[in-house]
Amino acid sequence: MAEIAESGGGGHGKGKKRAKKGSTRVDMTPMVDLAFLLLTFFVLTSTFSKPKVMSLVYPAKVEDQTDVDSPEINNAITFLLSEDKVFYYAGQYYPKSSPGPKGPTELKEVNFGPGEDGIRQLLAEGNKSVLMGKKELQKKLDNKQIQDSVYVNMLTDLKKKKEALKVLIKTDDKATCKNFIDLIDELKIAEIGVVAPVEIMASELDLLKEKLKNK
Amino acid sequence: MPKIKMPKSSPSIDMTPMVDLAFLLVTFFMLAASFRSSEPVQVEIPTSVSDKIIPSNVIMVTVDKGGRVFFNMTNSEARKELLTNMSGKYKVGFNGKQMEEFGFMESFGCSMKELPGYIDLSSEERGRARTMGIPYDSTNNELKDWIYYGNVAALNTGKTLFEEAKLKGDSPNANDFKPKFILRVDGKTLYVHAQNVIDVFRDLNLNNLNFVTSMEMPPKN
Repeated sequence: MAEIAESGGGGHGKGKKRAKKGSTRVDMTPMVDLAFLLLTFFVLTSTFSKPKVMSLVYPAKVEDQTDVDSPEINNAITFLLSEDKVFYYAGQYYPKSSPGPKGPTELKEVNFGPGEDGIRQLLAEGNKSVLMGKKELQKKLDNKQIQDSVYVNMLTDLKKKKEALKVLIKTDDKATCKNFIDLIDELKIAEIGVVAPVEIMASELDLLKEKLKNK
Repeated sequence: MPKIKMPKSSPSIDMTPMVDLAFLLVTFFMLAASFRSSEPVQVEIPTSVSDKIIPSNVIMVTVDKGGRVFFNMTNSEARKELLTNMSGKYKVGFNGKQMEEFGFMESFGCSMKELPGYIDLSSEERGRARTMGIPYDSTNNELKDWIYYGNVAALNTGKTLFEEAKLKGDSPNANDFKPKFILRVDGKTLYVHAQNVIDVFRDLNLNNLNFVTSMEMPPKN
């Protein structure tokens, strides 16, 4: 295996006998074995990407639910999550019993992809004002017209404006956490400031079931 | 025809460069790696574009695929205080060794009654033991107490740390010393299971939660 010196010291004709020079090479095989063993161990046990966290503020629980009217929702989208499927309706909810100006609420389906009928397009369209505003702020930041902290403050203000899109999330009992987190993720990408995961109403659940059955 | 004589030399190769490389890689992996902790449950974390790293002072609740709930807290001083409070409330005694051991344990998911026995197991046996998760139904909501007392204990230790930092002359931010609440859910966990746990947090008026996710590339625009 590893090198063993073939020719020692000998071959000096002058008669003086020198001590045979020992080989300076060491058998490195065990060391290599060990090095690779350690290497394998570290490769297998290590995890590289440190887990990240995604923060989400839930609405505070209100003790007394009776006198809480659902506020007039002007610029909002409600997402209904089921098993790997997302439905949405825009604005206020009108049950079949009391239809609004455009008739009762109907659910539309979107997918998680970034494509044409994907959720990303939908949110980008709805939250145009904030995204445009963010671009301008970004430009100012790049040109060093505003500072980092100012940028952050202005962005949060922007997200809370009246024109900014608000999102309600409702889930049925088949939705998985992956679906939920994917959705929150899309909301983060679309810079949506107000996100509220809320309880699903019975009538909405019926609507959702009907929609799923028709598939 | 005379045979061509191959020069007789040793068939060995100089291994030095290979050894160099091997050790270089070993060093790299040793320094770059963070170890996979031996959690009692394997959880497949969903991905997100978020790039916030996990804070150091956390109370972590894990929900696995089947909806079992596990509790973990990072600060080992606070853990001991927490266990003292919990043992007082549930009238379950722990000896000094168990207290000490609890300070360094990973997540656990068993009821208060089973806890002393669970602590006595070796860490390998803990990995194999199949526990039922911490109960959190309305009649026996142990999870709520774990979170509540955990929060109290973490706030106490955080406060002393904050005072120490102040004495040193730094200008610390009080929020950095408060515990953060982390939810570690499996991607395949039904959201209703997670929602039950979230409701426990919300009952305690802890509304700012964090989901553990792994990194995903943000879209280019």
